[in-house]
Amino acid sequence: MSKVYNKIESVTGNVITVKAEGIRYNELAQINTRFGKSLAQVNKIDGDIVSLQVFAGGKGVSTGDEVRFLGHEMRVSFSDDLIGRIFNGSGEPRDKGPALSDNMQPIGGPSVNPTKRILANRMMRTNIPMIDMFNTLVVSQKLPIFSISGEPYNQLLARIALQAEADVIVLGGMGLKYDDFLYFKEELSNGGALSKTVMFIHTASDPTVECMMIPDMSLAVAEQFALQNKDVLVLLTDMTNFADAMKEIAITQEQVPSNRGYPGDLYSQLAARYEKAVDFNDSGSVTVLAVTTMPGDDVTHPVPDNTGYITEGQYYLKGGRIEPFGSLSRLKQNVNGKTRKDHRALMDSMIRMYSSYRETLEKKNMGFSMSRWDEKLLKYGKLFEDKLMDLSVNLTLEEALDLGWEILAECFEKDETGIKSDLTDEFWPK
Amino acid sequence: MTDTKGKVVSVNGNLVSVRFDGNVSMNELCYVIVDGTKLKSEVIRIRGDIAQIQVYEMTGGIKCGDDVEFDGDMLSAQLGPGLLGQIYDGLQNPLPVLAEQAGWFLQRGVYAEGLDSEKKWEFTPTAKAGDTLRAGEYIGTVPEGPFTHKIFVPFYLLGTYKLKSIADKGEYTVNETVAVITDERGREINVSMSFKWPVKRAVNCYSERLAPVETMETKVRLIDSLFPVAKGGTYCIPGPFGAGKTVLQHTTSKYADVDIVIIAACGERAGEVVETLTEFPELTDPKTGRSLMERTIIICNTSSMPVASREASVYTSVTLAEYYRQMGLNVLLLADSTSRWAQALREMSGRLEEIPGEEAFPAYLESYIAAFYERAGYVRLPDGTTGSVTIGGTVSPAGGNFEEPVTQATLKVVGAFHGLSRERSDARKYPAIDPLISWSKYKCVIDPAKSAFFKSMIFHGSEIDSMMKVVGEEGTSLEDYIVYLKSEVLDSVYLQQNSFDPVESNCGTVRQRYVTDKLVYVLGSDYALDNKDDARDFFNRIRQRFIDWNYTEFESNAFKNAEGEIDALYNEGKGKTTREAELLLKGGE
Repeated sequence: MSKVYNKIESVTGNVITVKAEGIRYNELAQINTRFGKSLAQVNKIDGDIVSLQVFAGGKGVSTGDEVRFLGHEMRVSFSDDLIGRIFNGSGEPRDKGPALSDNMQPIGGPSVNPTKRILANRMMRTNIPMIDMFNTLVVSQKLPIFSISGEPYNQLLARIALQAEADVIVLGGMGLKYDDFLYFKEELSNGGALSKTVMFIHTASDPTVECMMIPDMSLAVAEQFALQNKDVLVLLTDMTNFADAMKEIAITQEQVPSNRGYPGDLYSQLAARYEKAVDFNDSGSVTVLAVTTMPGDDVTHPVPDNTGYITEGQYYLKGGRIEPFGSLSRLKQNVNGKTRKDHRALMDSMIRMYSSYRETLEKKNMGFSMSRWDEKLLKYGKLFEDKLMDLSVNLTLEEALDLGWEILAECFEKDETGIKSDLTDEFWPK
Repeated sequence: MTDTKGKVVSVNGNLVSVRFDGNVSMNELCYVIVDGTKLKSEVIRIRGDIAQIQVYEMTGGIKCGDDVEFDGDMLSAQLGPGLLGQIYDGLQNPLPVLAEQAGWFLQRGVYAEGLDSEKKWEFTPTAKAGDTLRAGEYIGTVPEGPFTHKIFVPFYLLGTYKLKSIADKGEYTVNETVAVITDERGREINVSMSFKWPVKRAVNCYSERLAPVETMETKVRLIDSLFPVAKGGTYCIPGPFGAGKTVLQHTTSKYADVDIVIIAACGERAGEVVETLTEFPELTDPKTGRSLMERTIIICNTSSMPVASREASVYTSVTLAEYYRQMGLNVLLLADSTSRWAQALREMSGRLEEIPGEEAFPAYLESYIAAFYERAGYVRLPDGTTGSVTIGGTVSPAGGNFEEPVTQATLKVVGAFHGLSRERSDARKYPAIDPLISWSKYKCVIDPAKSAFFKSMIFHGSEIDSMMKVVGEEGTSLEDYIVYLKSEVLDSVYLQQNSFDPVESNCGTVRQRYVTDKLVYVLGSDYALDNKDDARDFFNRIRQRFIDWNYTEFESNAFKNAEGEIDALYNEGKGKTTREAELLLKGGE
C-alpha cells in the first residue's frame, strides 16, 4: 500500500515539499512528471510538510504532479548479475541490460564494529612502480588521488582497475564528462576487466541528486561482495563533485554553510563513505581509491583538507606523474618489510637521491656551476623520471626493484648510495 | 522511565522535534521508538511543549507520530570494577559485546551494559557499621588488574550517611548490594559496587584542587625537556593532517608515566583503533610488568559512527578518568581529536538554526572547550591522598591554519601547546613539534636554565638559517655558521626521536638530564675550526656520534663507549667551554 499525493506545495531547486502524513525520514518516493518518472528521497519532515530531493531535478516539476511514497529507503540490488553492468545513481541500468530488483540491500548502512576489523597487512599490487615500490597500496586502505583538473587521473584509475589484484572492481563516477565515461567503458572492456567490474556512473549532465547516491551505491555493493569473502577495490572519481553536490542541496535547503559554502557536516559525510574501507576479520575486504580534484591546486581547500584528515595518506598527481614527495601511503610500512629485503632500503635511498636531484636542478637553473656529483645526480634524476615515474611504466614490484638497482648502478658507485653493504653486495648489478 | 510521553513532530538529520506532555529536563535521555527499535537520544532544547532531541543513531525511518519515551536521567556512565581493558563506543557500550549481539555492523538500537553484570569480584570491606560517610568516600576495595579498585559511596548522594551494614569479604557482582547506608532521616539506601554518574557533570568529590606541579614524563625528550606536561595539567597538539598527531599520542599512551590511560578516539579513523587493539595486549606496562591493555580504556567513536555520540564520547571518557582519579590514581586522557567534537557541536548548532559564530561554530564553543579541559586537575581526596586527571587533546585545524576558532579557544585554556608544523613533518622530523611556536607553563625535567639555553640556541639557529636563504652560505660569517650548525645538531640528536626504536623512543628523565649536560658541554664550547667546510664536517661527525649514543642502552658498556667517542672527538676539535656553559653546568650540580 503506497500513498499517493497530487499536490506539490513548493519547488526550490531540486527540492520539493508535499503535505503528507506517516512518511518516514529518508523514505523514497516516485514522482511522475511530464518528462517521466523520477525517484525522490525524503530529507526533512516538519509536521505534515515533507521535503524531498528529486533525483531527476526540479526542472519541469509541476505542482499537480503525482508523488507516490514507496515505503522504503534507497536500496540496491545485489547479486552476481551485477558484474559487468553499468547503472546510474538511481540504480537503473545505463547499458542495455535488464533492470535488477532481487535481493535489494539498503545503502549507506551502519559502520563496521571496530572489533570486527583486522589490521591492514596485505599488499595490493598494481604494477605501477610509483605505487607498488614507493607508496604501496594496502588492502583495505582508503586513499585519495589529489589532482589538478586536466591531469590524467581517469587514465590512472582505468589502469589501476585493469591491473590491480582485486576480485571485484566497483567504479563510481560522479560528474564524469561523457567522453570520460566512454573511455572507462572502452578501456575496461578492451582490457578484459569488465568481467569483474560493476559501474555506477553519474555524468556531468545528469541531475545533481543522483551524484550524491553514487558513493553509497558503490560502497554498499562493495561491502556485500566483501562479506562474500572477496577483495573489492572501489574506484571513485571525482569526490569533489560529490562534495559540490552536497553543497548545492544544503544551500538550497537554507542550511548554514561553514567553510566556502560547504555544509558543516562535510567531514562526517566524507568520512562515512571513506570509512567503508575495511578488512573484515574472516571475510573479504574493501579498498577505496578516490580522485579528489583540488580547485586551484590548493590542498587547504575544504574538500582535500577534510579528505586528508580522513584517509590513510594520499597520492599526489602532478605534471602527469605521481609525485614522490607529496604522496604518502601511511600503511606502507605494514607491508613493505615483507616483500623483498631490499625494498625499504632501496626505496629510501632512491627517494633521497631524487630529492638531491631536485635541489641540484634548482641550483642549475639559477646558473651555478655543476660539480661531478651534480652531474651524476642530473643523470640519475632523468633516468628515474623516465624509467620509473612515467605513468605508462608497467612493471611488477620485483622488476621495478631490479630496475632501481640498475639505475643506481648506472649513475653511482656502491658507497655513494648510503645503502647498507650487505644489500649492495647482494643486489648490485654485476 | 518517567510518565512523560511524546510524539515526533519533525525530523531533520539527527535532530528530531517531539511534542510532549508532562515534564522534561534539559539533557535528559529519551528513546524514539521506530518499528519496535528504541533509539537513544538526548534533549538539547525545550520550547513550550516541543523538545528538540539529538538522536545518537541514524534517523532513517523515523516518522511523525512515532512514540518517544523519556528516561528521567541524563546520559550516564556506569562506574565500577571492570572498566579497565574495555573498548567502548561513545555511549559506553562495550564493542565486543555488540559484535556478539549484532555481528559485523553496529546495528542501531542495540545497547549493552557498560559493566559485565555476571562477573564476580572479590570485595573486601574497609568501613564498618556505624561509620559516618559522605559521597566519594570508600567502603571497600576490589582488586582490578594491577590496581586496588575502591568502592565508593555514590558521588551523587548529598549530605552525610551512616553505614548500617556492610557485606563480608567475598565475591559479588557489580549490581549486588554490598552495603546499606542510612541518610539523616533514617531512610535506607542500598549501595552496590557500581553506580551511574551523568557524564556532562564534573565529579567534584574532592577536598581541594591543587596546582599541578609534578611533571608527567612522556619519555619524549622534546616534550619533557622543553615543553613539559604536568600531572593534572592540560595540553593540546594542533597540526595539519599527516603531521603525526596520532602517532605522538600513540607513543605517549605507551610510555607516559601514569597509572591509567584513557584513549578517546573521537571522530577519527577506525584503523588506528584497530592498531591499538592489536598492539597493546602484546606490550607490557613498564610500571607493573603486566599487559598494557590492563591499564588502558579505549572509547572509540570513529568518524563514520553517528555524530551525536561523538560529542558524548569525550564526556564519557573524562568521566571514567575522574572516577579512577578518585582512587588516588594518575590518569591520562588522550582525546583525538577535539576538532571532530567541535564539528559535531557545529552540526547540531546548524540544525538548531542558532546564529552562527566564527566559521559557523556555535557561540558557546569556547565555554564548552574550557569546561572540558577544566575537568583535568590535581586534587586532594577525602582520605588525604592525591589523584590527577591530565588531558591531552589533538586539534585538527582546517588547512593547518592555527588561527581557526577551535585551536584558538583551546590555546586559551591549556597549560602547554605542542604545535606541529608541516615543514618539520615534511622533512620527516619526528616529533614534528615546532620548537619555535610551542610553549608550556609547567616545570620541565631538566634544569630550566638549560632548557632556556636550548631554546635560545634553536631560535638563533633558525634566524641564521633564514638569513642564509637570502645571502647564501658565502655571505654568512663563520661564527654565525657555527651557531647554525650547533642548532642543527641539537635538533637532530635531541629534539628528534625515533619512535620505532625501543631504546630511543623510551628516554627517561635520568637519561635526559645526563644527555642534556653532555650537550650543553659540547655545544656550549668553542672549537678550533678554520673554515665552513671543516666546521660542517666536524659537526656532522659530532651529530653521528650522538645519534649512535642515543641508540645504546642507558649506562651499558656500549653507552659508555659511545660517550667516550664523543669525548675523543671533543678533544680532537680542541673544545673549550664558554663561560655561559660553565655556569650552566655548575648550576646543575
